[in-house]
Amino acid sequence: MHCLWCDKQIIVEVTWDNFLYPDKPKKLCIECKSQLTKITGAICKLCGRKSEDEQCKDCERWGGNRQWSKVLSFNRSVYSYNPMLQAMIAKWKYRGDYQLVEAFQTDFREAFKQIVRACPKDTVVVPIPLSDKRRYERAFNQAEALTQLLEVPYQCLLTRREGEKQSKKTRQERLSSTNPFQIIEVVRNPIILIDDIYTTGITIRHAAKCLIDAGCPTVYSFTLAR
Amino acid sequence: MINSIIPSLRAYFSPSYDWIPKATSNLVANQPLSLRYGGKLLLREDIELDDTTFDTLCRQSYFQMIPALEQYLSGYRCKRCGNKTQHLFAKFACARCGNSHHYCRKCVEMGRVLACQPLYYWTGPPPVWEGCDDPLLWNGTLTKHQQLASSEIAHAMEKGRAELLTWAVCGAGKTEMLFYGIANVLRAGKRVCLATPRADVVRELLPRFRHVFPKTTIDGLYGGSEDKAGTGQLIIATTHQLIRYAQAFDVVIIDEIDAFPYHADPTLPFVTKRAAKPSAAMIYLTATPRHNQLQRIRTNRLPVVFVPVRFHGHPLPVPTFCSCSRLKQTLATSQAPQAFYQWYYNRKEKERQLLIFVPRVDLAERMVSSLSANLSVSAISAVHAADTDRADKVQQFRDRKLFVLVTTTILERGVTFPSVDVAVIDAGHSVFDQAALVQIAGRAGRSPDDPTGEVVFFHDGKSEAMVGAVKTIKAMNKKGEQA
Ligand SMILES: [Zn+2]
Ligand SMILES: [Zn+2]
Ligand SMILES: [Zn+2]
Repeated sequence: MHCLWCDKQIIVEVTWDNFLYPDKPKKLCIECKSQLTKITGAICKLCGRKSEDEQCKDCERWGGNRQWSKVLSFNRSVYSYNPMLQAMIAKWKYRGDYQLVEAFQTDFREAFKQIVRACPKDTVVVPIPLSDKRRYERAFNQAEALTQLLEVPYQCLLTRREGEKQSKKTRQERLSSTNPFQIIEVVRNPIILIDDIYTTGITIRHAAKCLIDAGCPTVYSFTLAR
Repeated sequence: MINSIIPSLRAYFSPSYDWIPKATSNLVANQPLSLRYGGKLLLREDIELDDTTFDTLCRQSYFQMIPALEQYLSGYRCKRCGNKTQHLFAKFACARCGNSHHYCRKCVEMGRVLACQPLYYWTGPPPVWEGCDDPLLWNGTLTKHQQLASSEIAHAMEKGRAELLTWAVCGAGKTEMLFYGIANVLRAGKRVCLATPRADVVRELLPRFRHVFPKTTIDGLYGGSEDKAGTGQLIIATTHQLIRYAQAFDVVIIDEIDAFPYHADPTLPFVTKRAAKPSAAMIYLTATPRHNQLQRIRTNRLPVVFVPVRFHGHPLPVPTFCSCSRLKQTLATSQAPQAFYQWYYNRKEKERQLLIFVPRVDLAERMVSSLSANLSVSAISAVHAADTDRADKVQQFRDRKLFVLVTTTILERGVTFPSVDVAVIDAGHSVFDQAALVQIAGRAGRSPDDPTGEVVFFHDGKSEAMVGAVKTIKAMNKKGEQA
């Protein structure tokens, strides 16, 4: 095996343990792996970022906005969005190096198993979609690629229009601009949305609102990075 | 069956470029497009034309499609970067075509090659450059040795279908030796590429060439460069950037051909050779040829021209050895060896700045504080490869705002300071191979105003590389005396 990030050969030392029960092949070498930071310990109950307060500063601002704070029950994420993860996500998503997703599989699955315990049994897994244009450009949807790592059934319930450039707008302007998501199929189950990054939470809340308005009782989200 | 396997295997193992299509005959000239796309091998997303225009051009054979990934019996090969390392081809469910297929991970940073997307090669009329009567605006003079090399280079460039290695000592003034040859080629309306493995070399050469070839269109290409189009008659580029070219140049010059990572990454020789026309002249410049080049020189398969004397006519400084007891223990405490301080205070020219080479990044940074305490100089800094302020610090050293610069091998080449002494701490360490040590020694005595300089190898046991470096330097000096 070669490290998916630095391409160095990964040498697995054979011990009695892994001789009898071979480990899953490692996708990242020890040095690369050590540069990813899993979110552990105290977190914000709402957005899942590392935080000593029960609700982080960012989420307090959501609290002031009834319409938007309630659409998402909670978000949980696997890693902190540090420079290493930024570089990896950039190469994976923007350069289109699909295979890098495998580097996240073990941690992503493990964290997911923990998190769905807090969700009702009949929760449906839904990846955040891309617009047709973006999907063509990238030739894959990164949220769906992550969802497939989980090896659980999932449904694509949403579509997405190509929105205008959002980055220059304020949070309020972005929220009140038209919701880029549309629902394909109505379900009455709780939903857990899957995406690569939770940054401002606006994208995920837009998707969540769309589902809640269509009659979903609760929406959670689970992302790779926060 | 066997008949179809053999050519396929041959195609797989030899870097032949016969898959590059010839120009379509009898097409109406379209000079703007020829300039923009001539000699380029591109992905569709690199071509800034709308679909209608592009489709029409394809139908008329101005562009031709080339499958990007080819499957041989022995595995895949990427025609864009030459990758045939099988674990660097990954399979995925492609949302563009709806099939599962491979893509090349090796060159994905330069735009992704998907099995379902072809590459495009310009087969319209080749670009035409107005022959310029006197492109060269330079009134410097060449030394006897430079002149000799210059005319051999010019001859090879004119003749084409030839290779020539210019083995010129550090400080020989090799850039100037290229001027006349390049001027001839440009005058004939031909196209030239000056490539090098190192981006800092591109940045250094670009203004010099723009200055002496003011009428020529020149593009400088490196990761993050301002010029992106790469449409010039003269292209100065890192070898990485040649991934977008195929059979574009009548002359390809590779400066510092032995520098990292040219030989460590098979993509670079692959794309560099592909960028040259079959009729092209290949000129290599180096002060420290690699083993495989030496082998080819020795067996008369690679013509060579020597420039054994520096442009100022003085011999190369010969390194001296200084053995240090308990060197490893001293270094473990981030101190410089006692012998170093003794040498420092007894230097012949105390005004000279000091370049100190150390084998490791962490040592470079930590040694700064112990040095400034012991040398009673405060203007000391350290640089290494990942240092974002590297260019700044090098400039400060050049401006004499820094008196001592501690560095890893990153400054072994490509930088010129007028008046320095050079110390190599732990010169026996394996990062200092023979070529590195010759290059490092070549930092001293660069200016005609101070053509000498001390070079000292501090060690705890002579390495083969150290002995070899001194031997080569002495041999070059001898060659210089005789010539
Ligand atoms: Zn690695
Ligand atoms: Zn490739
Ligand atoms: Zn495809």
